[in-house]
Amino acid sequence: MAILSLVEVENLTCERAGRRVFRNLNFAVASGQVMTLEGANGAGKSSALRIIAGLLPQASGDVRLKMAAGYAVSDGDERARLTGWMGHTDGVKAQLTVEENALFFAALYGARINVAGVLDHVGLKRIAGIPSQYLSAGQRRRLGLARLILSNRPLWLLDEPLSSLDAAGRRLAAELIGEHCDDGGIAIVATHETLGLDAARFFLGPQ
Amino acid sequence: MKAFVALLTRDIRLAFRAGGGASLAAAFFALVSSLVPFGVGADLVLLGRIAGGILWVSAALAALLSLDRLFQADFEDGSLDVLALSPLNLEAASAAKILAHWITTGLPLVLLSPVLGLLLNLPTRAYGALIASLAIGTPALSGVGAIGAALTLSVRRGGLILALIVLPLITPALIFGASAVLDAMEDTGRGAFLFLAAFSVAAVALSPFASAAGVRLNVGG
Repeated sequence: MAILSLVEVENLTCERAGRRVFRNLNFAVASGQVMTLEGANGAGKSSALRIIAGLLPQASGDVRLKMAAGYAVSDGDERARLTGWMGHTDGVKAQLTVEENALFFAALYGARINVAGVLDHVGLKRIAGIPSQYLSAGQRRRLGLARLILSNRPLWLLDEPLSSLDAAGRRLAAELIGEHCDDGGIAIVATHETLGLDAARFFLGPQ
Repeated sequence: MKAFVALLTRDIRLAFRAGGGASLAAAFFALVSSLVPFGVGADLVLLGRIAGGILWVSAALAALLSLDRLFQADFEDGSLDVLALSPLNLEAASAAKILAHWITTGLPLVLLSPVLGLLLNLPTRAYGALIASLAIGTPALSGVGAIGAALTLSVRRGGLILALIVLPLITPALIFGASAVLDAMEDTGRGAFLFLAAFSVAAVALSPFASAAGVRLNVGG
């Protein structure tokens, strides 16, 4: 995993469909830190995450990822290569089994991690052989967590990671985020709920 | 390269699972081309003459059938975000998806075409040209189709718009492909076949870039 020292968002402005969602967003998250992104529905939490990931172009402003090696990355395509992503949707193929999905993620990211071990860790080992269409929303979320681990990226951008998860699943998600940050990673989490982690909080207010 | 192969095999596997388009396209191809004799009558001489054209039109329609889900399915379940953030760039991802579409849709059509040629009384000397023209031309259908699929991936019921975009663009393949079969029947040179090959090479070479641009537009939209 490449090590990031800082994620810096400067004067970030987002427009969607001609409407300004937020403007002049400024924050910085350092290596080892978790930041929660909070705000009302429509405040632009998901849009902010998509911009940081490089999936959505910003109207103005900068997103810089400073690497521990000394250089900084600001290009969207390069940010995409450093991002572990969990969006509203889990990117799980319903027709493939849990294991086939996980093996695909591992091959896609070139992960040198034991896939069966990761599935065991997120509590899906027992149902690794069943088609993903039979998974509950929470189980799909767990498969999304497995993908995050397999992606082995320094910056985690998570959009409502706790949704649909049961109490054990929530603890698991918080634990994984904690471990990730202990390893020098960074996590930015859009959520309405408390993670149970020592996290900086950022509020996206209405404009 | 490993990521490319992973995506390619995933898409091929999906095409053969429930709801995948692999056998559907081949069945549709067989059905449409065997319907034509019911419409135009059982005049064997006439059928033999138009067999190449019938098979090419059916092939183009069959290739269209599974195209609308090429990017849309990945868009809806979030896989496209995962791909956009993967080490594979979107151009390579599009190329893998186009190749998978051809293997699961175009290739079965090529293999099935001699049987349907027999059904339509295609003259013996034209079989080589039929198979060769479909083998050379169907990648162009997948390539041009992918561009349309990428452009319409966020449109609900985009399949109809997709057909309106793609069908005019693949007309050259249709013209040269059917002409290549006629050329073989009447021994009038290989001009059409060469034009088909040129069109196909251009379409296949450009399509990963154009479809990646379309995907980028929709993912960032």
